Amino acid sequence: MAQFNKVFVFTLAGWSGFFVMAVELLSGRILAPDFGNSIYVWGGVITVFMLALSVGYLIGGHLSLYSPTLRRLGYLLLASAVATLPVVFWGNSLLESVFEQVHDPRYGSLLASSVLFFLPMAIAGMVSPYAVRLLVTQLHASGKSAGSLYFVSTLGSAVGTISTSFYLVLLFEINQIFMGLIVVSALLSVAAVAVSKWSDEK
Amino acid sequence: MKNKLGWVFFAGALLLVLAGALLMNKRPSAELNELYSAKSLYRNIVVYEDKGLRCMKFGRHAVGRQSCMQLAKQDELVFDCIKMMMAGLYFNPAPQRVLIIGLGGGTLPSVLRKLFPYIQIDVAEIDPAITEMAKRFFYFSSDERLRVFEQDGRVFVKRALQQKIKYDFVVLDAFDHEYIPEHLLTKEFLQEVRDVLTRNGVFVANTLSRSALHNFESATYYSVFGNFYRMKNADNRVIMLRMGGLPPMSEIAQNATHLEARLRPFAMSKEALLPLLAIESGWAPYTSVLTDQYSPSNLLNAQ
Repeated sequence: MAQFNKVFVFTLAGWSGFFVMAVELLSGRILAPDFGNSIYVWGGVITVFMLALSVGYLIGGHLSLYSPTLRRLGYLLLASAVATLPVVFWGNSLLESVFEQVHDPRYGSLLASSVLFFLPMAIAGMVSPYAVRLLVTQLHASGKSAGSLYFVSTLGSAVGTISTSFYLVLLFEINQIFMGLIVVSALLSVAAVAVSKWSDEK
Repeated sequence: MKNKLGWVFFAGALLLVLAGALLMNKRPSAELNELYSAKSLYRNIVVYEDKGLRCMKFGRHAVGRQSCMQLAKQDELVFDCIKMMMAGLYFNPAPQRVLIIGLGGGTLPSVLRKLFPYIQIDVAEIDPAITEMAKRFFYFSSDERLRVFEQDGRVFVKRALQQKIKYDFVVLDAFDHEYIPEHLLTKEFLQEVRDVLTRNGVFVANTLSRSALHNFESATYYSVFGNFYRMKNADNRVIMLRMGGLPPMSEIAQNATHLEARLRPFAMSKEALLPLLAIESGWAPYTSVLTDQYSPSNLLNAQ
């Protein structure tokens, strides 16, 4: 794989990490009006995110068996961004209806975060193992590739966490941040498709 | 060689763990006469006695005292902010159904219970440890007419709306270790409170005078309720309003006079309280309203 493509794989993985944590932090804020700020609301959110990511890792690893390309990695990123759109458009009405149906805020927040976040986060989880496959060229260096990728994607998560909680919430409304995240993901995936086309032609 | 390094690491880690355990076991500080300190789900709670007062605060280093009680004269209210919140009675001298968000030491519900033995008082308190402390150290007790719900205040109000339960007196006195939680400061929350109030229901909210959020709060309350009164001293600003239009000052003063004798045992006097009352004004017209979409209140407060 060309050096430039490698850099791009890392960029996508790093951004995906950023995206996941930014969404996770904001999800707590989205749930607070209906389910409160109780510790179990956070418990529900984190459980759903971890579960979604774990399923995503499994599926992403499996997908990487079938002719993996940078272009397809870009599609995964785009899919997770598109799957986040319902949070912006139907989030409130969905939370309201869960609030009306489920009276225990523990299961309410668990159900609400499953419905809103499971799918986009599961797709986001597919990015990392898929990216590892794109990076690995030799068996003996596979651990090194995986290590570098975890490094970049978790670093992205850290940056996503701090920038969202320290700065973005001060500057923008929650839905504006969501739209910003979705747009950046979309732009990066378009760029990934372009880069992969360009290197194919070369 | 490698093995040796392993042992050094192992010993180092062991030392760290031991040091940590020792630090955690530190005795409560002697000068404040700590009675109890607990790490609850939400905060550190410290109960201590100092100069004849028994107090509860959140976190050993917290500046403010969350709740205090005089040991010799338990009825006499210590803090002006409690007296100012109680002055909500000047707006409605005979409440029937009261909601209090945030229990603290339980002072407010206990005093209301003494004044009005037969009314229904509901309290929403998120932290079960606070309720336990209030019962254990501040003589608070609950029964079927003074119920404590272990729930987030916002969720409680929303459920009440769903069940069409109304209150004619609502008190917001909810603080975490920093300030009022963000989701209890927004326009949407205040609209929910407005909808849970009866036609002439009274809403009283305890906020801080020197908070950087002061003007944001004013703009947000104004956006939902229109003009509102406040009682203010150097530390606290208690926002007070009544549905169906603010009562004129003459009516408030008249109610205060009627209540004076009943409130005296609690160290409340209209001479001290009424001069603190005024219609709030003075925030810039373009001040942002806090909403569920934009309420970075704790960050704004820290600036």
